[in-house]
Parts: sequence; structure tokens; C-alpha cells
Amino acid sequence: MNMIVLEHYLLVGAILFCLGFFCVLTRRNAVAVLMGVELIFNAANLNFVAFARFGTLNIDGIMFAIFIIMLAAAEATVALAIVLNIYRQLDTVNLDEADLMKG
Amino acid sequence: MEIVARLAYILVVIPGLISLFMLEKHVLSWIIFFPLIGAAVILFLPKGQEELMKRVAALTTFFPVVMAFYIFLKFNRTSTDFQFVEHASWIPYFNIDYFLGIDGISVSMVLLTALLSFLCIFASWGIDKAVRGYLCLFLLLDTGMMGVFAALDFFLFFIFWEVMLLPMYFLIGIWGSPSRVDPDGMVRGGPYAAIKFFLYTLVGSALMLICILYFYFVHEPHTFNMTKLMASNTSYSPRAQWWLWVALYIGFAIKVPVFPFHTWLPDAHVEAPTAISVILAGILLKMGTYGLLRINYPMLPQATVQFSYFLAVMGMINIIYGALCAMAQKDLKKLVAYSSISHMGYVLLGMSSFTPEGINGAVFQMFNHGTITAMLFLIVGVIYDRAHHRQIEEFGGLAQQMPIYSGITGLAFFAALGLPGLSAFISEALVFLGAFQRYTLITMISVTGVILGAGYMLWTMQRVFLGPLNPKYATLPEINKRELFTLVPLGIIVIILGFYPMPVLNLLNTSLVQLNELVRSFL
Amino acid sequence: MQHLIWIIPLIPLLGAVINGLLGYRFIKTLGEEKGKRLIGQIACGTVFISFLISLFSFIHLLLRPIDQRVLVNTVYTWFHIGNLKTEVSFLIDPLSGIMILVVTGVGFLIHFYSIGYMGHDEYDEQGHRYISYWRYFSYLNLFAFSMLLLVLADNILLMFVGWEGVGLCSYLLISFWYRKQANAVAGMKAFVVNRIGDFGFLIGIFALFWALGRHGIWTVNFRQIGEHAHLLAEDTILGIPAATFITLFLFLGAIGKSAQIPLYVWLPDAMAGPTPVSALIHAATMVTAGVYMIGRLNFLYSMAPVTLTIVALIGAATAFFAATIGLVQNDIKRILAYSTVSQLGYMFLGMGVAAYGTGIFHLMTHAFFKALLFLGAGSVIHAMGGKQDIRDMGGLRKYLPTTFRTFLIGWLAICGIFPFAGFFSKDEILWSVFNHSNPVLPFLPKLLWLIGLLGAGLTAFYMSRLVFMTFFGELRSEPAEPHGGHGNDARLRDQGDTGPHGHGDGELQGHGNEEVISLSPQREPHESPWTMTYPLVGLAVLSVVGGWFGVPHFLDPVFGGHGGVVSPAAETGEHSTTLEIFLMMVSMAVALGGMAVAAVMYLVMPELPDLLSIRFSRLYDLLLNKYYVDEIYQAVFVNGLLALTTASTRFDLKFIDGIVNESARVTAAFSAFNGWLDLRFVDGIVNTLASGTVFSGSRLRKVQTGQVQSYLFAVLGGVVVIILIRTFI
Repeated sequence: MNMIVLEHYLLVGAILFCLGFFCVLTRRNAVAVLMGVELIFNAANLNFVAFARFGTLNIDGIMFAIFIIMLAAAEATVALAIVLNIYRQLDTVNLDEADLMKG
Repeated sequence: MEIVARLAYILVVIPGLISLFMLEKHVLSWIIFFPLIGAAVILFLPKGQEELMKRVAALTTFFPVVMAFYIFLKFNRTSTDFQFVEHASWIPYFNIDYFLGIDGISVSMVLLTALLSFLCIFASWGIDKAVRGYLCLFLLLDTGMMGVFAALDFFLFFIFWEVMLLPMYFLIGIWGSPSRVDPDGMVRGGPYAAIKFFLYTLVGSALMLICILYFYFVHEPHTFNMTKLMASNTSYSPRAQWWLWVALYIGFAIKVPVFPFHTWLPDAHVEAPTAISVILAGILLKMGTYGLLRINYPMLPQATVQFSYFLAVMGMINIIYGALCAMAQKDLKKLVAYSSISHMGYVLLGMSSFTPEGINGAVFQMFNHGTITAMLFLIVGVIYDRAHHRQIEEFGGLAQQMPIYSGITGLAFFAALGLPGLSAFISEALVFLGAFQRYTLITMISVTGVILGAGYMLWTMQRVFLGPLNPKYATLPEINKRELFTLVPLGIIVIILGFYPMPVLNLLNTSLVQLNELVRSFL
Repeated sequence: MQHLIWIIPLIPLLGAVINGLLGYRFIKTLGEEKGKRLIGQIACGTVFISFLISLFSFIHLLLRPIDQRVLVNTVYTWFHIGNLKTEVSFLIDPLSGIMILVVTGVGFLIHFYSIGYMGHDEYDEQGHRYISYWRYFSYLNLFAFSMLLLVLADNILLMFVGWEGVGLCSYLLISFWYRKQANAVAGMKAFVVNRIGDFGFLIGIFALFWALGRHGIWTVNFRQIGEHAHLLAEDTILGIPAATFITLFLFLGAIGKSAQIPLYVWLPDAMAGPTPVSALIHAATMVTAGVYMIGRLNFLYSMAPVTLTIVALIGAATAFFAATIGLVQNDIKRILAYSTVSQLGYMFLGMGVAAYGTGIFHLMTHAFFKALLFLGAGSVIHAMGGKQDIRDMGGLRKYLPTTFRTFLIGWLAICGIFPFAGFFSKDEILWSVFNHSNPVLPFLPKLLWLIGLLGAGLTAFYMSRLVFMTFFGELRSEPAEPHGGHGNDARLRDQGDTGPHGHGDGELQGHGNEEVISLSPQREPHESPWTMTYPLVGLAVLSVVGGWFGVPHFLDPVFGGHGGVVSPAAETGEHSTTLEIFLMMVSMAVALGGMAVAAVMYLVMPELPDLLSIRFSRLYDLLLNKYYVDEIYQAVFVNGLLALTTASTRFDLKFIDGIVNESARVTAAFSAFNGWLDLRFVDGIVNTLASGTVFSGSRLRKVQTGQVQSYLFAVLGGVVVIILIRTFI
């Protein structure tokens, strides 16, 4: 009766990743881009957990997931600080206008 | 004072304790590298302690004097072997050894180097520009010179040879006289002389390096070991010998310097500070003739025999030409420099005679010239420090103002012109006695050098010291104690060796007779 | 006794060292008076001790049988290298025995005389005091040491040490008053001219050492050389017979040291030194070293007839020419100097006819009477407050009785009047010359004899002139104003007088001959102190009796029977005796003739000399200016040498150094060309690469928008491409 198998999880993870990636690529607001990044993280988490459950990763997969959650939190703080600084510098959080690195 | 005591402790007591265990076996290493220790200490002394630095330098150069005296006492005068040998593998892959040792050819030079280095520190007491650098370079130079005379591994020899070159360049260039433009439009001065000296010597080094490598690769198994190379001195084709000899000769002739490679010498001497002139004339010049005796003679005896006549002729030219040029000089130091060229001619002439008298006379002349020319340069330094110029014609009657100084100068001048009873006479007489047996005519022409020598020395004496006193110099102070300290030991050596030369001649004789026999067997 | 010989030379050396190092202290701590006395005592005492030991050694020698009269004292090995073993060893045989007696004996008297003569402080014109007293005695003692070393040396190298040592002392003492340029130059001239001789001497030594060495006899020892000299008979050096070659070069040394033609020029100038020095060094001892050397090596000279002929020729020529110059000189010391040169010529004449004993004999007597004459002249100069021109003197016999009497004895001795010393020795020389036979040039001995005889006449003339002008007649000028201390001006005048022209003009103007001056008692010349007159008396005695000893026969063991008169005629019996007496008469007559002419010219008809000098002014000028030899030498040799030195320096600077500098310049130019090449060519490629990179970069930078999302988009594109590739390929 195992209707839900690994592929389902992976499919959901892939969808989540695509949504997140789409968000990152298309949103102009930096905060929104960050949210997209979180989605991508969680897509990865889902995959890890799924592999832990069905695959051979076992406890390692769970560990990675927890690690990534922590990492995401840390990443969010740093990224938000950067965004704040961008805002202070440029009076905007619009990424189109933040092109100081232009060659 | 406390710091002095502490330094004395570091420099003397500790090495002393160590040497109790190491001295017997590592005399030469100590004598070579001790100045480097002093240089390291000087590097760490605080700024502004120039006086202290000089004292440290004096202490560190005094140690080799003690060691040299030890060598003088312990040296086995009847053995032809190398003594105080230290032999260790250094870079086994290339068969490079750390190989030191001295025999009759080099021992007198080691003694001379130790003595002159020590005295020269006192002659440099007046240096006040970048004292630390000066002393460190000087001590490095000391190490290089000692190393050249003691090294028996070609690679080591070459390293020391180059180590010596570099400090010399800076010592002449930086502490010599500043650059100036002469009336003839040439830029002269310390830097010019230094670069001239450096380039000249570098040409010689390059040629020498080629020869060393040739020796290395031809010998099977490849080796830099001089004793082994001497043992296989017949294994080269005559053509190769010829080329090797010429290349090495040019390298050494530049050092001696033999006509026509001598023009760096007057420039370098005139521009260098006093102590460096002393070292240059007293020791560096000897490396040329030492190299010929150490390398050309035993390693290429056949070619040496072929070139002996040439050597004698070059010796003659040096004697006469140097004396003639000396006579015309207006600068006192230049005069002394040219007289060195003349006196080194005697060495060449004696060497080329292939007689025990001649070859012993040659090496003894190297030693005597070292002491006498050192005196002469120190003397020039004394007057230069006082009058700030060296133009012979502008002095006059100094004997009245500076009687002691004049007396010592008289001694040095008469020693330089080969007055019997002083050391140079014995070496010159030996050289001529030897050379006459082989080159009658050349020797006869060379003997005119004694007339010319008397001519320029006494003429200088008369113009500088005799006659009415130039009122400009009526307040010139007499020679001071420090200057006396540098001159008197040399004067005593000159006198003693004039009446009793055997202590030094004994050192040389055995090895030189053997070398002479070796070369003669190819006649 | 034999083991004490080394003390003879050592003691004066000790004196020299003590006075040289401590003399200044003595005067400073003991005060002027006592210090000087101590210095004088040390100096005289050391020489006196030497004299005593010499005397003992000599007596010791005399007590031995004739064929064993050799004392040798080897002190230590000087150096021993290869075949050459040189020892410091001393030899006393009859020859060196006589020499050490002369050196220490006459030397002592002159040391003693110097105490008085040098006792006054010396000042130069600026009023600076010379450091003189201890320096003088130190030099003088050093001279005694060197001279003793020379005559006592057992080998030729050690002899050369003494030979040069005396040269050094001569240099030091000639330029003793060094603040006078002329003195300094005279000293230098003496040393350098001597060195020309030494050049020959050295070559002689080397050749001798080698020539014997070729026979396996490596030695420099006189006795061994003598033993093996016969080996050289067949040898040649550079195509010249070995003995001739060696002796000729050694003789060159003798020419220099003993002031013979052509190297005599230094001796007259050497009179710039203090007068006792002139007496000791430049008359009695040092200058005779050349004669002594020939005597010492007589066996070699006897093997070389060519050399002997040259020795005789040069000796005779010098004897004659120096005498002619002496005829017209006016400086009292200069006359004596030329007379010394002339007398040395006689000695060489004697040596040159292989009559070595007579040469040495004359050396000895000459040492006595010439030292006497010089010291007498010193006394005269002392009395005249430093004036040396005999035209300023006259009538001094009144004021200087002792000096006058002793001077007369010296005068008679040098003129060769029986029975004074000079008569015997000079006559023996002339007799030997007359009897000599020269196989190649048979007329030569007679010619030389004639020249010698003529020279003797000239000697008698100029010495008489000197005596008459100095001691007879009336005093022509008052003594010079003492300057500082008296006796001092003498030296100042000495030096001013070296110019050859200075006095010639004065003479032609009839320099105050008739002028008679009256003197206040204080300004009268006065006799010298006893320290100066006693040595005069001593030497006067020696000048009388010196000729009575049979020195030549005493020397026979050294000269192997050639010591005395070599006379083939002697074999023919009594005929030679009458001939000898006849010749003796002839030479006496010549001498007396010379004296008579002088008496006529300077006592009877005082105006005659001036008339003659104007009548023969050409000849007179030539003689007065000493044949212009000094000028010729200056022009040819000195200036030639200076030109050569200048040329070689210019060659050095312009040519050799020029090449060096030129090669440096060429190298610099070449490297400039290299640099250009580098810039245009090698660097061109590099630069092209670089500019290409810059260009592409400027194009590619457009990709860098600076927007994170566009980069991410590119990443996405990349990923898609990779996936596509993985999937389909």
C-alpha cells in the first residue's frame, strides 16, 4: 500500500525548487529574492529527508536537513543585513538598481 | 660598560668554552666563520652604539689573530701535506665537499689576513657613515678572504671568492669618495671605481668558473676536490691545458693585477677608504698569485712550463712599468698603488723561475708586500685624515711637524724600496737569485726596478717630508696612538723578518719545494 | 776571542737604538746639558768598546801563524732556502782586521770630535730648533754598525746589507738638516746614484751565485767562493766570460759607492752634511767600501784581466779629472771632496793593476789624512762662523795654531812628501802601475803611471792652494755672525753652495783678495775646544806614522802573494831597486813642483790667479762648473727618466685605461641597441598580446551587468545546456 514513494517527494522537491528559482530570477525586491532562496533550501531539505527515509542516507540525511535549516537561518540574517546596507546606500531594495559591480 | 662585558662574554668566553672541545679539529672553520658571528652580533646592536659596534668588530677580528698565532705555532714545518684539514660531505649529489686545509702556500696568507683584518678595524675607527653596514660587510669580507685561502674544494673556493667580491663592491662604492666629474669629462669616484673593480673581477670569476666546471666534468668520478684534481694533472690534452691555463691566468692576472689588466687598481685604491685599500693591496692582490700557485701550477704543470717565459716577461713588465708609472704620480695614494703593481711583479718573476729560491722568494714577497704596502696605505690614510688631500707637491717639510710619523714613514719607504736588513730585501734577493738562474737577461732588466724604486720612494720622501715646512701645515697634529697601534706591529714584523726571516720561510719552504719539484719534472 | 766578534758590530747598533729611541727622553729628563753628555758618552763609548774588541781580535790575529790568520764567528743562519744557505757570520782576516781598526779607530775619533762640533743647538732660518743631537749620534752609530757589518761580513749578501746600510746612513746624514731643500735633494741624489751602483752589485751577486751553482757549488760565502773560483775559468754568461761578467757588474757597485767616473757626482753634493760626517763617511770609510770589496774578491778580479784593465782606467781617469776640478773650486769642503774622489781613483788604479795590497794600504793612509783634513776644515769652518769659501779666509794660522799644525801634516801627507803616510802608499801604487805588464795593451801601464803622476802634481797644487789661501796671508773677511749658536751657519752655507754658477761670477770680479780687515778681539776667529782638537792631534800622528807599516805584505795571505808590489821587474834584481828610488824621486819632485807653483801663485804673486783665470776663461769656467757633468746628467738621465714616466702614465691612462673605458662605452652602446630591439621587437609581441587582451576585455565587460539575477539566469542557462548535453550525448 505504499502509494507514496520516493519519486513523489522528489517531484514535490523539484516543484518547490523551480518555484524558488523562478522567484529568485524574477523578483526585483531583494527580500522576495531571499524568500525564493529559502524555497530552494527547503526543496533541498525535502530531498534529503526523502533520501533518508527511502534511500541509503539514513540518519545522515536528517542531519543534513537540520544543518541546512540552521544554515538558512544564519544566511537569512547575513543576507538581510546586506539588504539593509544596500538600502542604506542606495535608498532601495530593488536589485535592478544595485549594479555597482557592473563591468 | 656592562653591555661590553656581556658582549665580551658572548664573544669570547662562550666560543672559548666551545673551542676547548672543537678548536683542535675546527681551527680553520673558526678562523673563517668567527667574523660572521661578530657581524651577526653587530646587526642586533641598537642604533647609535657605533663605538660598541667597532669594539665588537675589533674583538671578533682579534680572535682569528689568536688562532693564526696558534696555527703559526702548531704548523708542521716539515710536512708537505695539508694541515688542519676539515673534510665533510656537503652536497653529496654533486660530490661537493666542505673541505678545508692549509699548506705552505696558504699558511702565510692566512696569518697575513688575520693580522691585517684586525689592524684594519682600527684603521676604520674614523668611519662615521653607516657604521653597522660597514663593519658587517667588512667582517663578511674577512670570512670570504680566509675562506679562499683555506678552501680545498673548488666549489667552496669559488663561493668564498664571490663572497669576497660583493662586500668589496659596496665598501668601495659607498664608503669610498663620492662621484665627481674629472676635468677630462670622465665620471670618477667611489661608485665608478667600485663598478670597475666589480666588472673586472667578474670577468675573471666567469673564466674561472668555466675552468672549474671543466675540471669537474672531465674528472671521473666528477669532483671538485682539489687534491684529487691535482693528482690527475696529466689527464688533459695539451690543447685543453693551454686553454684552461689561459682562462685561469686571465682570472688571476686581473687580481694580481698583471699588466695590462691593472687599471682597476689605481682607481679602486684611490677611491676606497684607507682600511679597504689596505685589505685590497695587502690581501686581495695576493689571491691572484695564490691562485696561480694553488691551481695553475699543480693542476696544469705542463702548460705552466710552457708559459713560464711569458710569466717572467709579465713580471718584468710589471716591475718596470709599475715603477715608472709610480714615479709620475701626483697623488700619494696612486703612487703607492702603482708601487704595488711593481712589487707584485717580483712575485711573478720569482714564481716563474722554477727554483726553490725563486718560488720561496715569491711567496715570501707576497707576505712582505702585504705588510709593507699595508703600512704605506695606512700612512697615506694618516696624512689624508689630517690634510684632506693627497697631492704630493702640496706638502713639504712634514718631518719637522710630525717627527714620529716621518720616522715610521721612512721605515716603510725604505722597506718598500728593498733596503737590506728589512724584510722585503730578502724576498727580492731570493726572487732575483732564483730568476737569474733561468732568465738572465730578463732578471737583469728587472733589477733596474731597485733603482726606480729608490727613485720614486725617496723623491716622494723628499717632497712630502723634507725641505722647508709648508706653513699651511704648521698645526698638523702628530700621529695618534690608535694610528701608531696599526703601524707599529707591521713595522716590527718588517724589521724582525729582515734579520731573522726563517720563522716565516720555514712555513713555506717544504710545500713550495715540493711544488717546484712537481713543476720542474715537466721541464 | 773568536766568539766575541759579533759584539763588534752589535755594540754600535745598540748605541744607535738606545739613542734613537731614548735620546729625546734623556734630554727631557736629564736636562739639556746632562742629557747631551749622556748621549755623547753612549755614542762614543759604544764605538770605543768596538775599537777595543777589534784591537784585541787584531792582536789575536797577529799572534797566529801567517797561514792561519782567519777568525770566523758564525752567529746564526740568516736564511736557508733550497740551495742557498746564508749565515750571519763574521770573518776577521788581515784585510778585514785592518778595516775594522780603521773604521772603529777613526770612527771613534770622529765621534769624539762630533761632541764638540755638534754641541750647539741648531736652528733653521725661521728660528725652529732642529731635533739634532741624539738623532745625529744615533745615525752615526748606525753607520758604524753598518760599516762594520760590511767589512766583517763572511758572505756577500751580508756584506750587501752593510753596503746598503752605510748608504742609508749616508742618506740620513747628508739630508740631516732636512729643512734645506738642497740638502734633501743631495741626500736623495746620493742614495739613488748609489742604487745605480747597487743594481750592478746585485747582478754581480746573482751571477756569481748562479755561475758557481752550475758547478754544484751553491754558496755566497767568500771563503767558499774563493776556494771554487777556479771553476769559473771556462764559463760564460751571455757570451761574456763569467769572471769578467761578474766582476764588471760588481765593479759597477764599487763605482757607485766609491764615487768613480761616471757616478762620482753625488759625493761633492754630499758635503751638505755635517763636516764630521763628511770626514767619516764621505772620506775615510764608506766611500772606500768599493775598494774593500775588490780586495775581498781579489781572486775573482785576478781571473778577469779585462775588468782589471777597466778598473785601472777608470781609477786613473777619475784621479786625474777630479784633481782638475779641484784646482779651481773655492769651497773648502768641496775641494776636499774632489780630492777624495781623486784619491779613490788612485786606490782603484792600484787595484786595477792587481796590486791589491797597495790599494788597501792607500785606503788606510787616506782614511787617516783625509779624516784629518776634513776635521781640520771643520775646525776652520767652526772658527769662521760657518763660512766655507777659502777666498774669505786667510792668515788663520795665527788664530788656530793647533788646527794649522795638524792641517799641515795632513797636507804634506796627501801631497806625498816623505816620510808622511801618503808618500808610501801613493808611491807604492805608482810603482806597481809602472811595473805592471798588460799583455794586450803594453803601453797602458806606463800611460796610467804618467796620468797618476800628473794627478799627484795637481793634487799637490790644489792642496797647497787650499792651505795657502786658508792659513797664510791676511784674513780677508770676518767670521760670520753666529746664528743661534756658532757653528750653525756652516750648514746653512753648505747648502746654498751647490749651484755651480754662483761663485764663478764673483771670482771673475776679483773677489776681495787684497782687502785687509781689522778685527775686534771678540770677532777674531778662535781655536776650537779640546774635544775637537784632540782628535786632530790623534789623526795627525796617524798621518805621520801610518805609512811606516808594511801593510801590503801583512795582507799577503789574503791576496795570495799579490798583496805587495807585483813586479816582474823585481825578479831582475837590484836594477829595480835603483829604478824604484829614481821613480820615487820623480814623484816627490812632481809633488814639490805642484807645491812650488801654488806658492808662487798664492803667496808670491797673488794677482796671478786672477790674470790666469781671465786669460783662460773658457777652461776656467769649464773646470769651475765641473765639466757641466751635473747639468748633462740632469738633462739626459733625470729629464729622460721623467719624460719616460710621464709617457708611461699617459699610456696607462689614455691607452690601457682608455681601452677599458672604451670597451665599457661600446658595451653600453650595444646594450642601448639591445634595448631598442627589445622595445620594438620582443616587447612588441608582448604588447600586442596585452592590447588584444584589453580589447577583448572591453568587449566582454558588457556581459558583466552587475545584476545578480542576470548572472543566475546565465547559470540556469548553463545548467540547462549541461543537462541537455548529458541527456542527448
